[in-house]
Amino acid sequence: MKPQRVIALTKKEMRKTFREPAVLFMIFLFPIVFVFAFGAAFSGGGQPVYNVGVVNMDQGNSVNASQILLTTLLNTKILNLHIYVDNQTAQNDLSQGTVQAVMIIPSDFSQSFTSYQAAPNDPNTWTNATVTLYLDKGSLIATQAIPPIIQQALTAITGQTQQAPSIPFRLETASLVEVKTPSALDFITPGMFTFASIFLIMMVAQSFTGDRENGMMKRIRITPTSPTEFMTSQVVSYMIIALVQAILIFVMVYLMGFRPNVGIPIYAFAFILVLVFSLSNVGFGLITATIAKSSGAATGLAFLFVLPQLFLGTFVGTTLSSGAQVVSRFVPSYYVTDALTSLFLRGAVITSPTILVDTIAVSLSCIAILVVGIILYAKYYKI
Amino acid sequence: MNESAIELAQLVKKFEDVTAVNGVSLRVAKGELFGLLGPNGAGKTTIINILCGLIKPSSGSATVGDYDVQKETAKVKELIGVCPQETAVYPYLTGAENVELFGNLHTMNKNTLKTRRDMLLEKMGLTQDAKRKAEKYSGGMKRRLSLVLALIHDPQIAFLDEPTVAMDPQSRHAVWDFIKELGKQGKTIILTTHYMEEAEELCDRVGIIDHGKLIALDSPKDLISKGKVTNLEEVFIKLTGRKIREDV
Repeated sequence: MKPQRVIALTKKEMRKTFREPAVLFMIFLFPIVFVFAFGAAFSGGGQPVYNVGVVNMDQGNSVNASQILLTTLLNTKILNLHIYVDNQTAQNDLSQGTVQAVMIIPSDFSQSFTSYQAAPNDPNTWTNATVTLYLDKGSLIATQAIPPIIQQALTAITGQTQQAPSIPFRLETASLVEVKTPSALDFITPGMFTFASIFLIMMVAQSFTGDRENGMMKRIRITPTSPTEFMTSQVVSYMIIALVQAILIFVMVYLMGFRPNVGIPIYAFAFILVLVFSLSNVGFGLITATIAKSSGAATGLAFLFVLPQLFLGTFVGTTLSSGAQVVSRFVPSYYVTDALTSLFLRGAVITSPTILVDTIAVSLSCIAILVVGIILYAKYYKI
Repeated sequence: MNESAIELAQLVKKFEDVTAVNGVSLRVAKGELFGLLGPNGAGKTTIINILCGLIKPSSGSATVGDYDVQKETAKVKELIGVCPQETAVYPYLTGAENVELFGNLHTMNKNTLKTRRDMLLEKMGLTQDAKRKAEKYSGGMKRRLSLVLALIHDPQIAFLDEPTVAMDPQSRHAVWDFIKELGKQGKTIILTTHYMEEAEELCDRVGIIDHGKLIALDSPKDLISKGKVTNLEEVFIKLTGRKIREDV
């Protein structure tokens, strides 16, 4: 193998990447814009604030339990309360998305609260009151986040600190509602490294089919360049591109507040994992180039490999169903994202079993996919 | 008799039910400028692809510089330069970068590469545009650049597949002069062309191929004389007919 040939072809590939606007966008700008958009939306570590409309019909006199409840809810810093004098106005605002929920406090709320305080251990003497909650069905987050917060506030005003089967509320004060210290950006960052690399599949597929179409592949074959030299240059090129991608993504998320508490060896190991992962993308790209008859077709066909990796193995797949989670074990991106999550967020060490299993899975699967890609491509189109 | 640069013996190439090359035997001497002529789809490019080691013959044998094209393909590739029919240059590289890439693929010495790059770009009138991306070149400029890529490593044997297609008369004459100069340097050149005046001007001998068979082989002068016509084009039409052909 002559290094001069490998270096020349690698330089050619690098020039292509940085000079062709479409390639530059797909490989670097798109992931960066994506990270910036996600980072801007989810960084900062602050808990999202939900707007909740309140129709207070409570007729409390000596004890104003509804005010205690509203104060408790405000203290969570999670809810922004809007007081309405009638239900109709509140429902109108709910339908317009001005508020994400409307809570109706019944007229006997304070009476119920007083009865509870008089005999906390005797449910038979309580006056039951129903707090009605209307939710914005168009907001998945609102329907999942708001009811537990109000439920916990209701529990909190009873003064209970533990769960008690006789009381239909969870015994936690509203201030104990879990507020995640890491931001959403922290959670999605490991998947972003994987996400960016996946788009190499499309680039490899387009590059090979394009060079086939314009006769360059044939022209290279007429030179003394061996198939090994050619494939080595391609793999080296895409590993360099993957490394540049990873560095750019890291700089972006770092600027947006991603600060994992890990040392340089962990960063180095994470970058190596991303590089190994890029091998599978070269492999999938070659398989796509084998199937596709033209570079246009290659773009579409690449999604056969891009989408499963994207949805099952990156941050996109954090809310997968249990069935999909099982399937995700068959895509390499899952193991990369899992390893990076363990390293950056869970504080796992490189020698821990999870990291070792993930590393072995990534290495074996990626090398296997690359080998299959090379064999298939070489079988149908000479290299 | 001069030493052989290329020899074809009963060469046959079949693509499924189509016989592209049908028992062609041919010998090209070292330093000869040989024209391979024929209508579209006659089998010229197939013969060149076999001689470059790109495709394997169905039967028969071929040697280039004493190397068997099937068994010693790597050796053959070191010996030859090929200007393919399609204008194959990397559009995102500059003219100079395209040339340097191919020089490096032939593992040329850095200084030699630079010297030959500058010399060839100058001869092909591309010096002023050497730092422009090839995608900005006109069709004729790309063809001339393609020729430089084929010859950067100073090959002993060059296959030039329709090198002057889509060139204006000035460019064509510049290429002709350059090909003649290569001939004087003792290079063996196989030239395919549809321009009969080009073959007449440049080639020591021509072989006319039709339906995969070699139907005439001689110097242009002798073919014209034997055919009792005034130019090579008339010989060509006389031998291959007037029916329009298409590449298959």
